[in-house]
Amino acid sequence: MAMDAGMSNLVGSSSSLSTCREFHSSSIGGGGSREVKALVVDDNRINQMLHHKLLDNLGVKNQVVGNGKEAVDIHVSGKQFDLILMDIDMPVMNGIEATRKLRDMGIRSVITGVSSHTLDHVKQEFIEAGIDEYHEKPLTSAKLLSILKQIKHKD
Amino acid sequence: MEKKQQLHRQVVMMRQSLFDQGYVDDQFVQLEELQDDTNPNFVEEIVTLYYRDSARLISSIEQALERSPLDFDKLDNLMHQFRGSSSSIGARKVKAECTQFGEHCVGGNGEGCMRSFQRMKREYSALRKKLEAYFQVARQAGPMDTASRSN
Repeated sequence: MAMDAGMSNLVGSSSSLSTCREFHSSSIGGGGSREVKALVVDDNRINQMLHHKLLDNLGVKNQVVGNGKEAVDIHVSGKQFDLILMDIDMPVMNGIEATRKLRDMGIRSVITGVSSHTLDHVKQEFIEAGIDEYHEKPLTSAKLLSILKQIKHKD
Repeated sequence: MEKKQQLHRQVVMMRQSLFDQGYVDDQFVQLEELQDDTNPNFVEEIVTLYYRDSARLISSIEQALERSPLDFDKLDNLMHQFRGSSSSIGARKVKAECTQFGEHCVGGNGEGCMRSFQRMKREYSALRKKLEAYFQVARQAGPMDTASRSN
């Protein structure tokens, strides 16, 4: 893989690359597994770009929406996802409300709450709304990989 | 060839100084690891987006700081958003000032908020200059081959 000048260090990069490849090969029909699909729900464009790229690099087809209402609407339109990365603070509809609505609709996708909130009561409310787990932003390749591996083992 | 090698060495040094001087943290390495052939300028693109988007937030915070009395909830919320973006690109010193600002909001300390905000803006500008210079030299140097990369 050609590397840009900015990638000169990289302790841990070779292990990140090998774990990416490992996930790729098991996703793309290796062992008969189907492709994992993800939805990124975040109003912050930096995090949209970051999470989209993280998922892309792991070979996960993904879509990005900007708030909880768009997340609900995309499900109403019939789309389904294995994984939803859900932010909390968003305009129109926040992540807590969106999670509740999705669970009420019968959506059983893995919903991972992703936020920079450290307040326990906020996290608790998020958990009670129906997320499967919570991670603090920003997500890393390693965190995302552990989430995706759990999804694959569920199948 | 010699000129190329010199530029590459310069890039390595500039990059190292970003870490040594505390401007960026491990999240910056995460961004670098996402860069590949399909997105060879990913780090620069995301940093550019950060500076473009955050200008609006900083302006909103400035306006909110001019109001009297101060709405600490609003200020905290705005700074929380900005802190999130700063954290996502690994802007260590900027993030630290955002955290400080948040603590002053919780404490209802208007003077503290003003001071933190000024410090944050200084760190934000300093980081911008550092990163712009780094990306400029990195572009001139071009991609490094495996033999030239150092750990």
